[in-house]
Amino acid sequence: MNQVVKFTIDGIECMAAQGQYIVDAAKENGIYIPTLCNYPGVKPKGSCRICTVKVNGRMMTACTTPVAENMQIENQDNEIIELRKAIIELLFIEGNHFCPACEKSGNCELQALAYRYTMMVPRFPYTFPQRAVDATNPKLIKDQNRCILCKRCIRAIQDEKGRSIFAYHKRSNKVEIGLDPKIGKGLTDELAQKSVDVCPVGALLIRGRGFEQPIGQRKYDKQAIGSDIENM
Amino acid sequence: MKKFTQKVLEKYHHDKTRLMDILIAIQKEFGYVGSDAVEQIAQELSMSEVDVEQTLSFYHFFSMQPTGMYSIYLNTSAVSNMMGRTQVAAAFEKATGIKFGQVTPDGRIGLFETSCIGMNDQEPAAIINNRIFTKLTSFRVKEIVRDIKEGKPVTEMYTAGFGDGANRDDAVQSVVSNNIRKIGPILDPNYKVGEAIKKIIAMTPEQVIAMVKNSGIRGRGGAGFPTGLKWEFCHNAEGDRKYIFCNADEGEPGTFKDRVILTELPRLLFEGMVVAGYAVGAREGILYLRYEYMYLEEYLEKILSAAREKHYLGKDIMGKTGFDFDIRIQFGAGAYVCGEESALIESAEGKRGEPRDRPPFPVEKGYLEKPTVVNNVETLCSVVKVILKGAEWYRSFGTAESTGTKLLSISGDCRNPGVYEVAWGFTVNDILEMVGTANPVQAVQVGGPSGSLIGPNEFNRILGYEDLATGGSLIIFDENRDLLTDVVLNFMDFFIEESCGSCSTCRILPSVLRAKLLKILNARGVAQDIDDMLAWSRFLKASRCGLGQTAANPIVSTIKNFRHLYEAKIQTRKAYDTGFDLSRAVQEACEVTGRIPNI
Repeated sequence: MNQVVKFTIDGIECMAAQGQYIVDAAKENGIYIPTLCNYPGVKPKGSCRICTVKVNGRMMTACTTPVAENMQIENQDNEIIELRKAIIELLFIEGNHFCPACEKSGNCELQALAYRYTMMVPRFPYTFPQRAVDATNPKLIKDQNRCILCKRCIRAIQDEKGRSIFAYHKRSNKVEIGLDPKIGKGLTDELAQKSVDVCPVGALLIRGRGFEQPIGQRKYDKQAIGSDIENM
Repeated sequence: MKKFTQKVLEKYHHDKTRLMDILIAIQKEFGYVGSDAVEQIAQELSMSEVDVEQTLSFYHFFSMQPTGMYSIYLNTSAVSNMMGRTQVAAAFEKATGIKFGQVTPDGRIGLFETSCIGMNDQEPAAIINNRIFTKLTSFRVKEIVRDIKEGKPVTEMYTAGFGDGANRDDAVQSVVSNNIRKIGPILDPNYKVGEAIKKIIAMTPEQVIAMVKNSGIRGRGGAGFPTGLKWEFCHNAEGDRKYIFCNADEGEPGTFKDRVILTELPRLLFEGMVVAGYAVGAREGILYLRYEYMYLEEYLEKILSAAREKHYLGKDIMGKTGFDFDIRIQFGAGAYVCGEESALIESAEGKRGEPRDRPPFPVEKGYLEKPTVVNNVETLCSVVKVILKGAEWYRSFGTAESTGTKLLSISGDCRNPGVYEVAWGFTVNDILEMVGTANPVQAVQVGGPSGSLIGPNEFNRILGYEDLATGGSLIIFDENRDLLTDVVLNFMDFFIEESCGSCSTCRILPSVLRAKLLKILNARGVAQDIDDMLAWSRFLKASRCGLGQTAANPIVSTIKNFRHLYEAKIQTRKAYDTGFDLSRAVQEACEVTGRIPNI
């Protein structure tokens, strides 16, 4: 597995270990490919599609496709940039994302990506869905209005027996995240915090806590998302 | 329910990957899977309840609430509508006193809608307690509801004779008709069962693969991947176990040819699976059968048992030492997307039918992470004939790029809807002539909703991978049909309902496009809306599977081929529309205050 492969991203020659996913390989070469559903240490799922790149001319998700020798990857192609912007807009209109009132503002990856891709207003009409806030869990608030269905919580959070605490419910545009009412009750503080950290948006929050870090001093208030990789 | 659930869990050895079978057994017995059953399953399988519900809530035929002693699922396909579904649906609502989506207060009858059930040539059709009722009329509905109220078993509710062929078999006894209109080399019933197995066991697996490759046959489900190559990849892949799946989840609205094969030629199909098993080195074959075809279960199990007795299945097949292969049936539970091979595998593992990202491909890492071949019903049947008569013979049918024959499921406005086996290379005109049409044809949907809707100026195009590739569904619309409402809107509803919901693009965009379409249909659209639909549809290309990638095809292909229909409905004096209607926005406030909007 230690074999090194050569490939290009937007014409720039890169090297990485064979079998590495394109997203990670790009990162090691100082190139940022945006992600939302991808999370370090968790099996990639390729569900948000934001990391779509062209691999030898074909659209593929960079978080699930391993690099191979002589791959030609396009990350800054106009079609790709337009697609990513559209996906961000779609995620905004699918839910109810009112940034100024959200506890995650400034730490939110969706918001940060909207800035990075200069979204002014979504081209798609807002859907303003009726979504419930689940406040039955003793430690967590689950706000379905802000959920982008990335499945990070589903994949990353299990109890000590390996059982999922979060899961998809239903299908199609009716999909939502379910929080197990029974196992969820026994959620440790540590796992509750991990759930919140894993969530890219403000859909999972710790009960009774908020705005400890002032808005304006948060992660993406100071630097654009992805700039840490580009300025490495 | 507790005792029964316990028995079912034991039957499947508390195996999480058999969750589908467990849920199906409970659903069939009680008409729903209640929260107590979910709790029990979760506990026994060491899963969380939300995890069990994750699978349970994905499939259309599972329900957590009682669906009635008699659960009626009426098909909502476009052709069903064309054949009078609206009146039938109204008759059901009137006779039962409930609306669709409801159960009568006494818990006797449940009324539900469902996507295409594979009966397009005999619509409107419904499934009642897993039995099929075809060619429904409002009169027939009254009879059915009367019988239900009297408590008659569904098997005694038929008023006409059973259908043709094996539909009369003791183990089927169904009113479904085969409607086989044209027989070719695959549908030819005159062949000897077991001959192909006899022939291959004298060959090496490599020779079998070479023969299939040489025949040029490509996957008949629609994607058209070369079958021999798929087998070779799986044969060469490393794995202590390998699997053969037969994809019998035909869910593309308008296709029903696999149902006819499963009814008339199941032995041919099973023999094809044995051949595939021999070629790739698999010991287990799984027939993934759509829930809608549950009425064939007993019949197919009977045929499998007979095959075991004749040593076509089991250990040392036909005396060949070490050649072991057996087949089991895995039912789905109502999800079109499970026709996609990796979603089918996920489903067979007891999970939500969400397609996987590739690589790895199923031939490398498929069912239970083992190398797996997934072939369409028709492909496996065709292979048997290739083995029997040779690759050369097979290539004598069809065109250079599309060898052999294709089974077509033809429905809609034609005299003789049904299954036709034709060589590739037929033009759409040939087909229209073959099936007979009463009125001038306005359009033909080739390849179901994910295919394209073409008009008369393209009827000289040929069916084949080089031109109009198709899984075999052709729906004919005559000049009296409103293509945008009857077809496009229906197909968009279908895609929205059947999306697995995983990819952002496929989950969100089709509803956005549908809203635009509706805006145009309601005479509120402007020219920009047409351009927007075309431009936005492109984003679907980034979806993971074929369903998502083609979910805008109904709109895109009609804008391309029938743009005048859209243009006739838009406002011509308005170039731009903000999408915001002030009088509508203030309507509620005006009503409350008793004011009249002054705009």
